[in-house]
Amino acid sequence: MSDLIKPELVCPAGTPASLRTAVDAGANSVYCGFKGPTNARNFPGLNFSKKELSESVKYAHDKDAMVLAAINSFPTAGRTDLWKQSVDDAVDIGIDAVIIADIGMAKYVAEQHPDQRLHLSVQAGASSPEAINFYVERFNVKRVVLPRILTVPEIKRVHDAIDCEIEAFVFGNIGMMAEGRCSLTNYVTGISTNMDGVCSPASHVDYEPDEDDGLTTRLGDFAIDCISCGETAGYPTICKGRYDTAHKKNYYAFEEPISLNLTRLLPDLMKAGVTALKIEGRQRSRAYIRSVVSAFRDAVDAYAAGEEPDITELIALTEGHKETQGAFKSKSWR
Amino acid sequence: MRDKHKRDQPRIYKDSQAGPVSKVMPLFAIQPILRRIVQHVANLHPELFERLDDSCRKHFLIDAKGMPFLLLLRPDPDNLMLVAKSRHEEIPYDVLVSGKFKTLLRMIDSKTDSDALFFNRDITVTGDTEAIVALRNALDDMDATLADDVATAFGPLRGPVRASIDAVTKIVGSRT
Ligand code: SF4
Repeated sequence: MSDLIKPELVCPAGTPASLRTAVDAGANSVYCGFKGPTNARNFPGLNFSKKELSESVKYAHDKDAMVLAAINSFPTAGRTDLWKQSVDDAVDIGIDAVIIADIGMAKYVAEQHPDQRLHLSVQAGASSPEAINFYVERFNVKRVVLPRILTVPEIKRVHDAIDCEIEAFVFGNIGMMAEGRCSLTNYVTGISTNMDGVCSPASHVDYEPDEDDGLTTRLGDFAIDCISCGETAGYPTICKGRYDTAHKKNYYAFEEPISLNLTRLLPDLMKAGVTALKIEGRQRSRAYIRSVVSAFRDAVDAYAAGEEPDITELIALTEGHKETQGAFKSKSWR
Repeated sequence: MRDKHKRDQPRIYKDSQAGPVSKVMPLFAIQPILRRIVQHVANLHPELFERLDDSCRKHFLIDAKGMPFLLLLRPDPDNLMLVAKSRHEEIPYDVLVSGKFKTLLRMIDSKTDSDALFFNRDITVTGDTEAIVALRNALDDMDATLADDVATAFGPLRGPVRASIDAVTKIVGSRT
């Protein structure tokens, strides 16, 4: 038996069926959002009504799992009522924590619902002890979800200097911009990732096959990739597109289609003081959630027991069948 | 701000290389069965339509490779439609989903991850991406499998129908 403390496994759900799947597969907590722009996965057909979330919380609580409500996009002036209503609804349902990015919403939760557990979303982009402690002192934030820009030793240093828990992403889609700061989609479509809750909105995405089994991906008026026959595809995000630039043609100018996979770093993260391990993918299917959550449940339990887990299956679910440890391993991964 | 991207124009399916089998397929015999199936699934899962929102009025053309015909679905609760279409017809659609029969069935039943299938190019989607994302998410929220739902649409014949579905899945699946 190892002396590592077993962290909380925080898993995604885009629908009630996904939430039940995550709980049944071994999630300690599940994060999800309401329908509409109040969360960062505002996709067609995805997310929860108040009634669905209420039923889902009951399901999770009956099985000793927690539910966290992501209300983590940024309301623009004049639109705050919808975000406040979502917070009120989540509290009313008996949610275990509200995940907030906007500083005004953090104040709203702290003042209107002082007993509600509050987490700071990755979208807030708080990565220094000074920034994190500000939220802790002013709004009684209990946990920070760290941006994916820190190495494991840096996470350890942050941990030692802050007064709240740390949640770290360990698997899933990864963009190369600091969270909450990317305006690429906004530039191309007029829709804001951070304020409307969606990167590369499906309403603006087009896939155009050609006669040679190739595929052109467009976002709005721009072709962002041309995939030839036999090549794997990625998400239709600008940061994963291929472009012609002055010094290089048809290459991934920002980032390749790739997924974060920190399975091998789990013991290091646990030693660094990470309380909760987060899996990305509220937009993914139940099949993905079943496989990834089960695999991580086994991996975390194995490491905590001092054993070596089998992690080979996870690669099939990664974007472009490629994985990276991103900045967690080294800042020069690209 | 730029104009919202427009995709209101339906596309037209045209297969100049359709094989001779599809020409002689007696599709009229299949239509009432399809009608019954889609009505039954709609009655069992009314929450599907809430998730679909406006996309319920779109026409989804399903091209299961190896099947001699295509399926055209309009999941509108006020005007439901699931019909078989000859590969020789010109068919207007909003979204075209193509893939192997078995792959599509496993995807609908959430036995395999559709994003992974897409990354791997096992399925192809053209047309209204918003509508197909909504349909994918709505179907993913269904706990029952489509094969089970289809079987229950036939009441006392449930057993034989289920066996036939399994047999067809095996036969078509092995050819594709
Ligand atoms: S374009 Fe890439 S980096 Fe920017 S929000 Fe989308 S996924 Fe993230």
